[in-house]
Amino acid sequence: MLDKTSALGPIEDDRAPATFTGNRGLDQEEPLLFEIGRVDATGVDIDDAAPVGTRLGGLERKAPIGLAGLTEPETMRHYVRLSRKNYSIDAGLYPLGSCTMKHNPRANEKIARLAGFADLHPLQPQSTAQGALEIMQTLADWLTTLVNMPAVALSPKAGAHGELCGMMAIKTAIAAKGEGATRNVVLIPQSAHGTNPATAALLDFSVRVVPAAPDGTLRAETVREHLGPDVAAIMLTNPNTCGLFEREIIEIAEAVHEAGGYFYCDGANFNAIAGVARPGDFGVDAMHINLHKTFSTPHGGGGPGAGPVVFSERLAPYAPVPFVRRVGEKLELVEHAEGTESFGRLTAFHGQMGMFLRALAYMLGFGAEGLAQGSKDAVLSANYIRASLRDLMTQPFGDRPCMHEVLFDDAWLHGTGVSTLDFAKAMIDEGYHPMTIYFPLVAHGAMLIEPTESESKASLDLFIATLRDLAQSAKAGDAPRFTGAPRLAPRRRVDETRAARKPVLRWEEKAAG
Amino acid sequence: MRYLPLSDADRSTMLATIGVASIDDLYADAPTNTLLKAPLDLPRGKSELDVERFFERLAARNTPASRASFFVGAGAYKHHIPASVDHLIQRSEFLTSYTPYQPEISQGTLQYLFEFQTQVALLTGMEVANASMYDGSTATAEAVLMAHRLTKRRKALLSGGLHPHYAEVARTISRLADDETVSMAPDVGATEDLIARIDDTLSCVVVQTPDFFGNLRDLTKIAEACHRHGALLIAVFTEAVSLGLVAPPGAMGADIVVGEGQSIGNALNFGGPYVGLFATRHEHLRQMPGRLAGESVDADGRRSFVLTLSAREQHIRRDKATSNICTNSGLCALAFAIHLTLLGEAGLRRLARVNHANAVLLADMLAGVPNAQVLNKSFFNEFTLRVKGDAGALLEKMAARGVLAGVPVSRLLPGQGLDDLLIVASTEINTDEDRAAFVDALKESL
Amino acid sequence: MTDCRYSKEHEYVLLDGDVATIGITDYAQTQLGDIVFVDLPPIGRKIDKGKEFAVIESVKAASEVYSPVSGEVVEVNSELGETPALVNDDPLGRGWLVRVHTSDRTEFDSLMDEAAYADFLKTL
Repeated sequence: MLDKTSALGPIEDDRAPATFTGNRGLDQEEPLLFEIGRVDATGVDIDDAAPVGTRLGGLERKAPIGLAGLTEPETMRHYVRLSRKNYSIDAGLYPLGSCTMKHNPRANEKIARLAGFADLHPLQPQSTAQGALEIMQTLADWLTTLVNMPAVALSPKAGAHGELCGMMAIKTAIAAKGEGATRNVVLIPQSAHGTNPATAALLDFSVRVVPAAPDGTLRAETVREHLGPDVAAIMLTNPNTCGLFEREIIEIAEAVHEAGGYFYCDGANFNAIAGVARPGDFGVDAMHINLHKTFSTPHGGGGPGAGPVVFSERLAPYAPVPFVRRVGEKLELVEHAEGTESFGRLTAFHGQMGMFLRALAYMLGFGAEGLAQGSKDAVLSANYIRASLRDLMTQPFGDRPCMHEVLFDDAWLHGTGVSTLDFAKAMIDEGYHPMTIYFPLVAHGAMLIEPTESESKASLDLFIATLRDLAQSAKAGDAPRFTGAPRLAPRRRVDETRAARKPVLRWEEKAAG
Repeated sequence: MRYLPLSDADRSTMLATIGVASIDDLYADAPTNTLLKAPLDLPRGKSELDVERFFERLAARNTPASRASFFVGAGAYKHHIPASVDHLIQRSEFLTSYTPYQPEISQGTLQYLFEFQTQVALLTGMEVANASMYDGSTATAEAVLMAHRLTKRRKALLSGGLHPHYAEVARTISRLADDETVSMAPDVGATEDLIARIDDTLSCVVVQTPDFFGNLRDLTKIAEACHRHGALLIAVFTEAVSLGLVAPPGAMGADIVVGEGQSIGNALNFGGPYVGLFATRHEHLRQMPGRLAGESVDADGRRSFVLTLSAREQHIRRDKATSNICTNSGLCALAFAIHLTLLGEAGLRRLARVNHANAVLLADMLAGVPNAQVLNKSFFNEFTLRVKGDAGALLEKMAARGVLAGVPVSRLLPGQGLDDLLIVASTEINTDEDRAAFVDALKESL
Repeated sequence: MTDCRYSKEHEYVLLDGDVATIGITDYAQTQLGDIVFVDLPPIGRKIDKGKEFAVIESVKAASEVYSPVSGEVVEVNSELGETPALVNDDPLGRGWLVRVHTSDRTEFDSLMDEAAYADFLKTL
């Protein structure tokens, strides 16, 4: 039953007849660039080069490149048409759990594009970039205050890069204590993001998986059983990937520290607690902060993100270069690890300055109280969805308060002939991007819903009403509504098996005939 | 608060539905002594106007490329970006979408990634490219790790012409991954003998062209030597525009080509975000890190694109993944793709010729300046200038005269006796007036 | 007639003289779903019982294959490079993975026979 808040109400699945163009009204097909572009077409007029000899040392390009070009109007049309095949947070609720798809303020885009920042070279004299260094220092102050930890490395380029940064510092600290040869195990809960074990393995650690209790959280006692003199660290997400606060987090931190290990916190879910609680107070030694989640730098279709890492006193000396420090009136970048205990360098320059600007603008707009209210609204909205769906859908760990995301499993779909994937695809027909599905792996057929604080109550109510209608329809035996979905998107279900069996990863000119 | 739609009345209604008295009750699992009792000691929220003023004040303390005669390069380059690029990447559907996990409603992102992969493969002369990495330096480090996986060896040889920060990134990750790196001494004149150092223990050799000092390098013989010893050649570039004029690494035998794509479509941004390019041969595909968009069909048989070969990736392989990378640099890859679409083959070649010609013009003018000497035999749009005295001090003096003249080598390679070297880049943005200002400021500052 | 045995990790071994043909069972291929890639060891590689020797990828998963017997790889199913779907379509026939030269028959004898494997599947 659809709520009155819908502007349209239910419509019949009445597919239009075939069209000559393949277009369907505003849903326009668009060929590949290489099918419409020409090697001699250009959208950029450039004057001839000055008539001077070349100094290329005989290494001129001989063969054509094969690039396709378009004039400016054609370019606009190509990319605008492509854009219209995408869902976006600006167009609708985007409940991808673990991804924090919140509103992206446009003032932040404007600020990041100020010439004084966007047109600044990372290696120009520092005397000509003091304002940029001040931004980095101010962001560092905000982040360290929000987490109550003394140091931060700004340079990591994304969450996974931040994990790498934190674990590199831990590995360096362990080596500094002379335990490099013996401490080579990292504890990771079953429910962790795949990046955690991948990061540990990249640094030659072996992974020891720690099971959670039936309530979906980790017991300190279980952690203790897995600890030993070979354990370098635990990598723990809090709130965890099931959307639950790790209630024994302080005891877990103490146990790990007593055993001589470090506590790496995956900060992907910081959006539930920013301004409400501080990871430093939990005993965290290192944590990355996804600026593209908690502090709303746009996800951009899969990056760029930014993953600054905050450090405890114990790890701060090992933080990577570069970092900013104040020397008298001036700020300066420390760019070399020599003569320090820093573990080295993670990236060519100073990190994602464009993201620092957006994130800091977001923080300044909110202020400390605003950030706390945002976190609380995110938690409130997730619980509102939980409470509104709990009679129809099942939760793997029982009905209890969640943090900023709520996890359902597929037990309630048993016997309906509808899978989690089918359910997700039917949401597309209703105009929604699906939630995160099949993650975390600890919940069978997982559906992880994160509404964020950006949704109005009316928006949440329509979303809930839609999911209720779908759930009732699945239970009532209307499997075809799901298994055939989506029908109303730019594409119907895409054959992933075919894509993977015979990978076609670039355009190639078809042979004649 | 302008970004929070819920009213107090909404919150009360929602709490009633949930069945708790306050939002704080929802945090019942958090240790109570860790919940903050009072707001943190941070400023109160500001209006949009006040936020803008804060940033404008700080922006005014910087000297952007557009307010100087600008010759700074060494891994990031100032080029003109057509206005349509920035307009298009700010469309909501590109800017505010996520990684295209649901292909039916993400064909826009998936198709441009497929086109981007094609552009990168063509440009580098390679068979396949991925959907981008964080930047050129992390792409280089990932290429080294990939070579280790492919050869089952764990030692990399880094050329002395490799960007020092790229080398440092590769050394840092290798050291902490318990792998070995051997670094050649800084190689200002591209005279190092890499071939003599290649043996059966190496997984790969990493060579940059145009190199950090601006020299162009012929990779053909190095590639042959690598292959004789079962090692891979990783070719690196930091100036993507060079590929419009110089022979691509793929044509010189490189096995993996990585580079920085910033200079096409992306602003300087004080170092990031940028976009790492990563290309290789088809046979190495399964060991390539990063996302890949592939072609398929939908249930109606219509051509469609989808993320593919995911079984290499961390969300499936976990501790056996090819990389821990999760996101790529999607929007920067889009900016790259749009700018390259606008340029096309003809435009890119012309742009590259103008860059080269501007650098040649400047080098020729410098030939008449006493106490300054261009060291390069070959270059694209960047060369190394030897000056009398300390290049860093000279640079500050020239900056005071409105010329940002380049990057002192000693900033990246301190304590190596290279204090008299300045790396100077010239792109299409430089005018006759800029070049004259450079020469005048140099003469006055020397 | 060749003799077929099964492991708890859902590999099968067909023994013909001292050459063992190894693959995954019908149950295993059903669990994996559409197989898109099979990574096989080179000929000449020595593989050990219980150790990973191949990886099978489906769209959403990648699974290590553990060898049910020890031996030296003498042949690999090169057809799988082009047509990994054979593992789905005919796991015990054209979808075999490798052939190894095995010297220790006791390893083979310790595996489950068809009836025991069928009983084992009922417990899952």
